Amino acid sequence: MATTPTREVARRVFAGEFNDAHYTFKESDDERAPVYLLLPTGERANRVFVVGTLMETEDVGDESEYWQGQVIDPNGDRFYMYAGQYQPDAASMLRDLEPPAYVAVVGKPRTYETDDGEVNVSLRPESISEVDAATRDRWVVETADRTVERVRAFQADEDEESAAVDEYVEMAREEYDLPVENYRRAAVEALESLETDDEPEVEASD
Amino acid sequence: MTDLRTHATEIHEQFEDQLDVSVEDVEERLDTLVNEYKVPVSEARRSVTNTYLDEAGMDRDQLQGGGGNDTVEVADVDAPEQWVDVTAKVVELWDARSDAVAQVGLLGDETGTIKFTKWSKSDLPDLEEGTVYDLRNVVTDEYQGRYSVKLNRTTVIEEADEDIEVGDDAVTVEGALVDIQSGSGLIKRCPEEECTRVLQNGRCSEHGEVEGEFDLRIKGVLDDGEDVHEVLFDKEATEDLTGITLAQAKEMAMDALDTSVVADEMREKILGRYYRVEGPTFGRYVLVDGMERLTDAPDAESVLIKARSI
Repeated sequence: MATTPTREVARRVFAGEFNDAHYTFKESDDERAPVYLLLPTGERANRVFVVGTLMETEDVGDESEYWQGQVIDPNGDRFYMYAGQYQPDAASMLRDLEPPAYVAVVGKPRTYETDDGEVNVSLRPESISEVDAATRDRWVVETADRTVERVRAFQADEDEESAAVDEYVEMAREEYDLPVENYRRAAVEALESLETDDEPEVEASD
Repeated sequence: MTDLRTHATEIHEQFEDQLDVSVEDVEERLDTLVNEYKVPVSEARRSVTNTYLDEAGMDRDQLQGGGGNDTVEVADVDAPEQWVDVTAKVVELWDARSDAVAQVGLLGDETGTIKFTKWSKSDLPDLEEGTVYDLRNVVTDEYQGRYSVKLNRTTVIEEADEDIEVGDDAVTVEGALVDIQSGSGLIKRCPEEECTRVLQNGRCSEHGEVEGEFDLRIKGVLDDGEDVHEVLFDKEATEDLTGITLAQAKEMAMDALDTSVVADEMREKILGRYYRVEGPTFGRYVLVDGMERLTDAPDAESVLIKARSI
């Protein structure tokens, strides 16, 4: 067995699905084993790649700087990200960037429990870079494609009783009780927004 | 099969049309020489082969081609310890790092390239770069998933009367550039002959503190959401990718009194963008020969059709 850890792939997911996720798990007892966020469509994510419009930045730290950034996707849903002294490059990007701006973010999912027992998910950015509209559009199509593939695998698993059950799809069924159809619809809407208008539209979902 | 049996089988195959001998006969002769008279296997093999050549009234030349091995293309080598014949061009000769190795380098045919090693003790003629050879009776080997062939004392080397267009084992990968690893940007290499190691804090791991020579490179990660590929851009590829030349990079570092500004600037220009690159793989890296920034409008329509169909 190879002992060098392989780099974790960066999953593509829209903010709606990302924010619905809250279950995390490890696949070994090793202290440094990767922590995965389980996506409701049945995929594990230790890392995600997001391209969207940076809408707001704010230093929410008390004594030291702790920057929050909000990135909106074509469905109007937001990714929340936090960068402090341990993510100096990402923190300085959030400090310097003037919203609105297209940004590409590579980051790790983080969950935290609120006082009233809700689990919220956010991103701890590894890197943030300013990109152009073409990069953002490519991400939207790619993310829609990946999402649709996951939904398809999830539903195929529903149809076939025994054959080739995917362990993460099974896990998603157990941990979440969410209609994955919503994520397919969100992917369709994201794609349609590209066809009608190349400008990012900021509107309330629902 | 024992070693002797393998040799006996190979010798037998060369004479089975001419002589009425069995593999056992051949093996017995070899066994007598090797185990009773302590003759080295290779010498025993020569001696036995000569005996049969005499018996059959043949010249050594007539034997060639009768080795009975499979003739393989280098891309087809996928198991160690196979005796094969190859016809390949010497693409590169490298410096042998050990006295036990007479020559080491890269062989290539239409299907790709493969490393070869020729042992000093095998006492074979030297191969020349750019020449195509028929190599009979080479043994395949494997190290960390990469295959090579070893030329040995029984190998027959013959210059081939043809040229070969060596194919590349290039791959094409695409995805978002999600990381630029440390050791990227403006780097210094050891100036010692044939060393070129990247210096760490002005030190070469082999030659100690040296006056390094500047170079550009990027070790990046392309990620398409399913697979991760590590990609290595050399100086030319880095200049092409970032639009920053080595001269400009040196100037930037000089102004800032810090080489890391170069990697920072490059990061800003390329991180998070989509690229398609192609080149041969080396270990876990794709060595970038060609690249393209993916800026064209992606095909939203086909994804829409897929999304609506489920």
